[in-house]
Parts: sequence; C-alpha cells; structure tokens
Amino acid sequence: MTQSSTYPATPHGVLNTGVNTGKLGMWVFLASEIMFFTALIGSYIVLRLGADSWPVPGDYLAVPVLAVNTFVLITSSVTMVKAVQAFDAGDNDRSARLLLLTALLGCVFLTIKLWDYNHMIHNEFKINTNLLGSIYYFLTGFHGLHVLGGVISLLVIRSGVKSGKLLGGQHFRVEGVGLYWHFVDLIWIVLFAILCLV
Amino acid sequence: MSDHHAPQSLLSRVFSTDHKVIARQYLYLGLVGLLVAGLFALMIRWQLAYPGDAFPILGNLFWGETNGVMPPEFYNMLFTMHGAMMVFFAITPIVIGAFGNFAIPLQLGADDMAFPVVNMLSFWVMFLGAVIMTISFFVPGGAAGGGWTAYPPLSGVANYGVGHGASLWLLGIAFAGTSSLLGAVNYVVTTLNMRCAGMTLMRMPLAVWGLFCTSVLNLLWVPVVAAALFMMFMDRTAGTAFFLAGPGSLFAEGGALAGQSGGQPLLFQHLFWGFGHPEVYILIFPVWGLVGDLLSTFSRKPAFGYKATVLSMITILFLSQIVWGHHMFTSGMSPLLGTAFTFLTITISVPTAIFFLNWLCTIWRGSLRFTPPMLFALGVVFVFGIGGLTGLFLALQALDIWLHDTYFVVGHFHFTLAASVFFGTFAGVYYWFPKMFGKRMNQSLGKWHFYLSFVSLTFVFFMMMYIGATGAHPRRIADPTVYNFLGPFQDANVLIGWGAQFLGVVQLIFVWNFFTSIRSGEPASDNPWEASSLEWVAPTPPPHGNFPVAPTVHRGPHEYNAPETGERGWLTQAEPSA
Repeated sequence: MTQSSTYPATPHGVLNTGVNTGKLGMWVFLASEIMFFTALIGSYIVLRLGADSWPVPGDYLAVPVLAVNTFVLITSSVTMVKAVQAFDAGDNDRSARLLLLTALLGCVFLTIKLWDYNHMIHNEFKINTNLLGSIYYFLTGFHGLHVLGGVISLLVIRSGVKSGKLLGGQHFRVEGVGLYWHFVDLIWIVLFAILCLV
Repeated sequence: MSDHHAPQSLLSRVFSTDHKVIARQYLYLGLVGLLVAGLFALMIRWQLAYPGDAFPILGNLFWGETNGVMPPEFYNMLFTMHGAMMVFFAITPIVIGAFGNFAIPLQLGADDMAFPVVNMLSFWVMFLGAVIMTISFFVPGGAAGGGWTAYPPLSGVANYGVGHGASLWLLGIAFAGTSSLLGAVNYVVTTLNMRCAGMTLMRMPLAVWGLFCTSVLNLLWVPVVAAALFMMFMDRTAGTAFFLAGPGSLFAEGGALAGQSGGQPLLFQHLFWGFGHPEVYILIFPVWGLVGDLLSTFSRKPAFGYKATVLSMITILFLSQIVWGHHMFTSGMSPLLGTAFTFLTITISVPTAIFFLNWLCTIWRGSLRFTPPMLFALGVVFVFGIGGLTGLFLALQALDIWLHDTYFVVGHFHFTLAASVFFGTFAGVYYWFPKMFGKRMNQSLGKWHFYLSFVSLTFVFFMMMYIGATGAHPRRIADPTVYNFLGPFQDANVLIGWGAQFLGVVQLIFVWNFFTSIRSGEPASDNPWEASSLEWVAPTPPPHGNFPVAPTVHRGPHEYNAPETGERGWLTQAEPSA
C-alpha cells in the first residue's frame, strides 16, 4: 500500500474549520513568515532611529532600477491571479502558460537583483560598508531567497497543472502557491518603500 | 509494529511519515540530549564544589598543562551548552516533538498529522541541528561559550574569546527553530482541522490544548529569534554591525571592533527575550496540559474547572508575549518601562493561579491512584508551585536588581521550568509507554525513580536559591573560591554538587527500567490506566492509521465517576452512554 493511498487529503473526511487543510497550513505558515519579516523590518527601524545620522538611500541605491523591479513583481502577481482563474475554469493549458510566465517574471526580478548587487559591490557599497548596506543586503537577500523558493514552487506546480495530474479537487495547491507568491510580492513592496523611498 | 501492512523497506522506516514512529525518533533524540546536557550539569556542579582541584577522569585526558584543573573557558562552554542543549535538544524534542506527535493525532481521533511529510522533515531538520551542535565541540576554539542567551558583543565578535563554535551554535539553534516551526504548522492545522466526529474544541484533552498553545507561540516567535540569530551570524562572519555599538562605547576603542559600529547590543536582547520569554511557556504548556489530564485520570474525578483552565492557558498565551522586558531590568531600560513590564508580569500570576488551584481542586477528595505518572504529575504541581511563587520576587524591579544574575534566578528557573519539565517528561513517558511500545514499565522501579529524584532535585534547587538570595553568589563564575566574600557558601556548593551527582545516578533506574521494559516488559492491555481519552481506544500499539474505525466522541475527556458512567465509573470518550 502506498503512502498516498494510506493518507487521504482529508482523513475520515473531517474538515472541522471548513477550510481546506493545505490552505489552512499555508495561512498558518504565512503568519509565521510575517513575524520573520516583522522582526527584520522592526530591527531596521530601531537601528535607523538609533543612528546618529543616516545616509540618503538614493546616494547608494539604484532606486529607478528597483522601481522597475517592483513593477515586474507586481505584474507577476497579476499573472498569478489569472493562472488561478484559468485553473478554476478547467483550462489547464492556459493556467500552465500563465504559471510559467509568473515564474519567468520572478526570474527577471532575481536577475535584476543580482545585477543590482554586482553594480553596488563594484561601487564599493558592500554589506559591511555601513548600517544601510548591512540592512539593505540582509533584508533584500532574505527576500530574494523567498522569491527563489517561489519560482521553484511555481515550476513544480506548473508541471502538475500541465500534465493534468492536478485536478479541480486539488485546487488549493495552485491557490496555495499563489498565496505565497502574493505574500512575497507584498513584502517587496514594503521593503522597497521603507528602504528606498524614506 | 506494522502487522497490518506488508514489511517496509529500511529507508521508509527511517524516514517514516507515521506520527508514532516520528514520536519515538524524537523521544530517543531528546533522551540522548537530556543525557548529554545532564552530564554537563553534573560537571558544572563538580567544578563548583571542588574548584582548583584536578577534575576526575577528564582532567588527565585534556588539561595536563593545568594539572587537571578545568580551564574557565571550558566551564563557559559547559554552562552555555548545558542551557542550549537542554532547551533545544532535550526538552523541545521530548515534550513537544515526542509527546505532541504521539498524542495529538491519537487524542483527536485522527489517523495521522495533517502534513505527514512535513512532520518527517521536521524531525530530520532537528537531527541536523543536533549534529551541527555536536560538531561545534570539535572546531578550533571549541563550542559556544557566550552563555545560552548569547548576548553581544561577547558572542557577536569572531575574535572575542568565543571561537567558531559560536557560529555553529547559531546555525544549530536555527535548525532546531526551523524544525519547531514545521512541527507547529502541523500541530495547529491538525488540531483545528482533523478532529474526529464529536471532538469539539472543548472536549479536547488538556494535553492537546497545551500543545496547541505551544505551537501558536512557536509559530509567532521562533521566526523572531531566527532573524536575530541570522543577524548575529552576519556580525560574526560578514563584518556587519547589527548588534555592535558605535564609537564612544568601550568596545569600539580596542580595535577588535573598530570596523564594526553603529548597531545596538540591546536590540539583540529585545529580540532574544521577545522569543525567550514565550519560549519558557512554549516548553511548559505541554506539561501543564498533561498534568491537568493526569491529575484527573488518577484522581478518578473530572478535571475541576476545565473551561477555566483552558481559558487561563489562552490568557497566558497572550500575556506571555508582552512581558519579555522583565529579563532586562538591569540592562539600563527606562524604570517607567520596567514598571509596565513588572505590572504585566505580575498579571500573569492571575491566570496561573486559576489553573493551579484547579489542579488542587481536581485532586481534592479524589480516589488517588499513586502510579508513577501520577507521582510525577504531583511532583510537577509541587515544583511548579515553588517556582511560580519565587517568580513573583523576580518580577519586581527593585528586588530583581538585587537578585539579578545570582543563583536565586538559577534556582527559580530550574524549579519553574527545568524541574517541571523534567518531571513532566517522566510523567508522560510512564503514562504513554504502554501505548507506545505495547509493554508495561516496572511500576515499583518507577516509584523509586520518582521519590529519589524528587528529594535530590528539590534539595539541589532549594540550595541554589539559598545561596543566591543573599544577592551575593553570581551564576557565571567558574571558581567561587577566588572571592573571599563567597567563602561562606563553599560548603553549600559542595552539598549541591553531591546532591546533583546523586540525582544523576538515580536516573539510571529510569534508563534500566526503560530498556528492560522495551525488551521484556509484560504486555500492556489497551487501556491499562482506565483513562477516557481516545489514544486508549486505539489498539496497542496503534497500527498505521491508528483507528480501525474512526471513533465518534460522546463526552469530554475526563468524565470519571460521572453519573452516566454507571457501575464501572468511567467510559472512554468514544463509548456511548449506557
């Protein structure tokens, strides 16, 4: 007997909350992720308020490039929404195409990010240059790792959608990756605003 | 074990997704951690009893150049690793990993956790963390020695007397935290979504409530300490200065820190205790819940004030997140803010007193059965009572400044948390052993184990509070005899030393009982304790999938001697009323 047949998605058919178990798990996990980024952003606020002086972010950061990157990530959230809609409508091919597009936009974001790091390190702005550098690399680095995790999840879920193995009953898997992707997108918008604009 | 299924390959047994197998894996890991970290404690106490003398056995092996005397750096590693390993690799795997994995699905009538694969991963991530911690002893400079709280700047600077072991320590704790997080997602979702028919939230055993509260706190606060650990890791390895103060501080003048400045050491303390205070509740909630169940089962009475107990645990869950500042009264924090933290901390004693009195009312005029799990549960009531009352002293700013960093704090902490969880561990193991392994443990050896442990443990920690209450004996020093004013306490240190060694030797009774019972204990019936909760309805040991037929729950978890239970005086939750 294989594991998957021993463990149905909802044992004994129980769903006490009425919310799909996988979806509930993703929300619970995201609550935890929010606390992680809250700690990072909170530390940034404390360090910045406690500093004697703070450099002008624009002197060090390539703000216009990062603004373009923000646009890329927001666009990817739109394609993600469309992918979930297409999957719900039973159009697996369209959904798979949109998931691939979302993953590609994630890759574009990461590529621009790496170019940005490379450019700044070339200009002698490194993680140990000053507190702004430490915080910038640390926060955006952790966010970048989350984007990478999202791209991998998107590609995995896409192959399931494309091959037709994921059916309507497993809707939450596509939706779950979507929730995570929107969360990563949202975190970036906050990071962009507080790191580059204020 | 897997009579109901075809034999499985070795790989699928080792990387099993069955919650009962994972529970046993956690139990073994935790017991090994308890042994190692316990031996560290015995070494600490021996050193404090006979400082300046050659250390038995280890002295000849390692410390030839000092004539066998333990170097202070090694002492620092001992107490750092004792604390860290007890918390993250002994208590966490036993009371959360083992008890949570075993009890939650069985007591809720589910066939497994919500995410079995994630569950398996959470164990192996913790195992990796334990491996990293072990490796840290063998790197140049040895294991972390900056205290289990790892305050910067001591622990934050690579060349500050604390070697690479401290970086590995940070990684090891991060792995343990990730494991707790994965476990917590599972526990929360399983509790919310996988209860069998009739198992409403207010019919859950208190143990599940305790584990649920633990998991919520883990979810919210492990990520916070993870963020702090990663920042400190960068301070140590990448030259950042998140927690290293700027020019003007003493530390920046010397040169070691010249390139790293601008950060805030206090920020680490806030992040650490923001997690660290909820952490003590993370560790004790499962024990509170379990004790509530055990007192009821072995008093043959319904748990007194079940709803009030649950509500007070939930209240503590909230309050525990906003009291961390009481660890920092001497850090230079504003006394006004300190007063707020004092107030909030004292407030916790209200819900704590409610469930504590509920415990006492549960055993009041019950038909007590003094089995080993009951004895250990009563032990928890006693040591937690002492610990809770002494906590009130430390909550007050003025008193805390006097007592801070003395052995009074160590004694208080070890009564409240260490002794409670220590007894809770054994209460749980003696209680669930028959269901876990299908054999019974020797009951009289279990009772001897309790009585001898209880006497020696209480003695050791009382003496610690005694030498600390003078405000004199600090907790950090390796050799008290170098200070004249500590001379009068040396006899007490010798007594504590011998008391601790005795406590250590007594645990061999448990080790013997555990292994001989697994090998050749008498077979256990399905419900040896005549308990009502659902795990005792399942076959012994429970097969893969737990219940041949999904149970239906008809009543709360402790309706002992309620009218509906008839002549027998008890019914399981799954039996319909007569």
